[in-house]
Amino acid sequence: MKKLMLSVVVLGLLAGCASQGTKDQAVVEERGTGATTAGMEGKGVGMDPLHDPSNILSKRSVYFDFDKYEVKDEYKPLVEAHAKYLSGNKAASVVLQGNADERGSREYNLALGQRRAEAVKKMMNVLGVSDSQMETVSFGEEKPVAECHEESCWSQNRRTDIVYKGE
Amino acid sequence: MKRLFAFQYAVRHWLQGLAAMAFLAAGGAQAALTIDIVGSGATQIPVAIVPFAQENMLSQSLTGVVGADLTRSGLFKMVDTAGITPPPSQPNEVRYPDFRGRGADAIVIGAVATQPDGRLNVQFRLLDAARQTQLLGLSYTVAPTQLRQTAHRIADAIYEKLTGDVGVFSTKIAYILKRGKRYELQVADADGYGPQTVLASNEPIISPAWSADGSKLAYVSFEQKKPIVYVQNLANGQRRVLSAFKGNNSAPAWSPDGSKLAVVLTLEGHSQIYSLNADGSGLKRLTNSPLVDTEPNFSPDGQWIIFTSDRSGGPQIYRMPASGGSATRLTFEGSYNVTPRYAPDGKSFAFIQRSNGSFNVAVQDFATGQVQVLTDTKLDESPSFAPNGKMILYATEIRGRGTLAAVSSDGRVKQRLSEMSGDVREPAWGPLVK
Repeated sequence: MKKLMLSVVVLGLLAGCASQGTKDQAVVEERGTGATTAGMEGKGVGMDPLHDPSNILSKRSVYFDFDKYEVKDEYKPLVEAHAKYLSGNKAASVVLQGNADERGSREYNLALGQRRAEAVKKMMNVLGVSDSQMETVSFGEEKPVAECHEESCWSQNRRTDIVYKGE
Repeated sequence: MKRLFAFQYAVRHWLQGLAAMAFLAAGGAQAALTIDIVGSGATQIPVAIVPFAQENMLSQSLTGVVGADLTRSGLFKMVDTAGITPPPSQPNEVRYPDFRGRGADAIVIGAVATQPDGRLNVQFRLLDAARQTQLLGLSYTVAPTQLRQTAHRIADAIYEKLTGDVGVFSTKIAYILKRGKRYELQVADADGYGPQTVLASNEPIISPAWSADGSKLAYVSFEQKKPIVYVQNLANGQRRVLSAFKGNNSAPAWSPDGSKLAVVLTLEGHSQIYSLNADGSGLKRLTNSPLVDTEPNFSPDGQWIIFTSDRSGGPQIYRMPASGGSATRLTFEGSYNVTPRYAPDGKSFAFIQRSNGSFNVAVQDFATGQVQVLTDTKLDESPSFAPNGKMILYATEIRGRGTLAAVSSDGRVKQRLSEMSGDVREPAWGPLVK
C-alpha cells in the first residue's frame, strides 16, 4: 500500500509588496512640468526648451531597427541637441530608457533594450556629456507604448527614451 | 489544496482529424482554462477506464481526471465503457471479451470507500486486456481535498507502467498572468487547475525559475522600477532579494544542486552572465564579451551552461563550462536563436528560432547538431521542458492574446492552454514531485 504524502502548500500572497504603477512612458513625455531649474536658462519668454514643441529638445525618442542598437543617422541631430543641452546644464541629468518590441525572448529583449540605452549614452559620451549626468535602464519589451501586434506598433516600441530627472 | 478559482475543464481531442471524444470533468461554474489537443502520438494505447465503484459520491470524477490526463499526453486513446454493466471494480468481475471487443489493450478498474475518520480510500488496478493479468494495483488513503492529486498520481502510475517513462501529471507549472495593468506570478497544477497567486504587482514580472527541489521560485520583478531578482519560498511565501546590483538584474537560473544561481547583470553597461551563491554571496563573472550574453541555463549534470549571445552579430546559442571560460557556438541555422533550455536527459536543448519572420520552438540534438522545428505558431517564447522531457511548454500568441501551449518533444502532439481573463506568458514547468 502506498500512501500519498500531499501536504497543503500555502503560497503566500505578497500583494503588499507590489508597488503602484508608474506612469506610462508615453504619458511621461507629454506631461513634463517644465519645472527644472535648467529651463530658466532658456531664451525667449521663459519657455522651457525641453518642452517647447518647436525645439528639437522636446523630441525624446530614438528609434531602432529590429534586433539593432545602432543609432540611425536620422536621430543623430536629436542626440546631439540633448548632448549640447546636458553639457551646458550640468545640473540636469537623464535616464536613458531602452525598449524593445514584443517579438522574441523577453530576456534577450531586456538585454537589447539595455544596448539601445547604452548606444545613446555612448554617443552622448563622445559628445562630451559626463557619465554622472546619465543613467541607463532597460524595460525590454515590458513597457510598450503601442500595443498592437504588427510593425506599426513594433517600430514605436524599439526605442530609447531620454527622460530628464524631475520630469 | 485550497482552490482559489473554480475551474471548468474541457479537453477536445482530434484523432487523425476526427473528433474522437470529449471529456467534461466536474469543476466549478466559471470557465477559465481550456486545453485543446491537436495531433497524437505515433502509437496510441487504447485504455478503458471504468468509473470506480462509489465514485459518484465524490465531489468530482476521479476517473474523469485520470482519463483527461492520459488523453492530454496524446499517447492514449480512451475506450468507451458505457454499456458494460455492471461496471467491474474487482478483477474477478471483469469480463475480458467486453473490453477486447471494444479494442482495449489495458483496463483500469477501482473503488472508493470512505473511512470512519472521513478520509477516502482509493484502490485501482491496471489490467492487461489481452493477457488477462494485473499490471499494477495501488491503494491510496487521502483527505477528500486531495482527490485531484490522487487522480494525477493514478494517471502517473498508469502512464509509467504503459510507456516506461515517468508521468508528470502531478507536477506544477508557474507562469505570469497579466490582467489589465496587473501582473500575477501564479503556480498551478500541470493541467492548469488550482492556480495560486504567489506574487501580484503593478509592474512587470518575468523569468520565473524553479529550484530543482520545487521549493522555491526565482524571478525578476520590476516593482522597484528596474529589474531585480528575488527568490521566494513557496511553502511560506517568504522571499528575499537575490540580486539588486546597479543596472539590470535578470535571467535567474538554478544550478541542479540548488547551491548557485546564474544571473545576468549590467555592471559594465551591457548584459553579462554572473554566478551567485543561493544566499546572494560570492558574485563571480562567468562571461567576458563586449556584447550581450544572457539567458543562462545549467546542464542537468551541472557541468555546463548554455546561453544566448550576440557576439557573432546576432543572437545565437553557446555553451561554456559552468564555472565560466571559453564558449562554443552551438546554433548556425538562421540569424536569431534565443532562450536555450536543456532537455532533462541533457542530450538536446530547446530554444526559440526565428525563421521567415516567425518565432518557433525548436530542438537541437547535441550529438548530431540536427535541428527540428516543433511548432507552427508565430510568436513563440520561453520553452520549458516537462521533467520527463516528453513535452515542452511555451508561450505564444493566438488572436492577439498571450497563451500557453505545449508540444511533444517529437512535435506530434500539440496543446493550447487558454486563460480566459488575460495574457499568460513566461511558463516554467516545475520538477517531479518527490
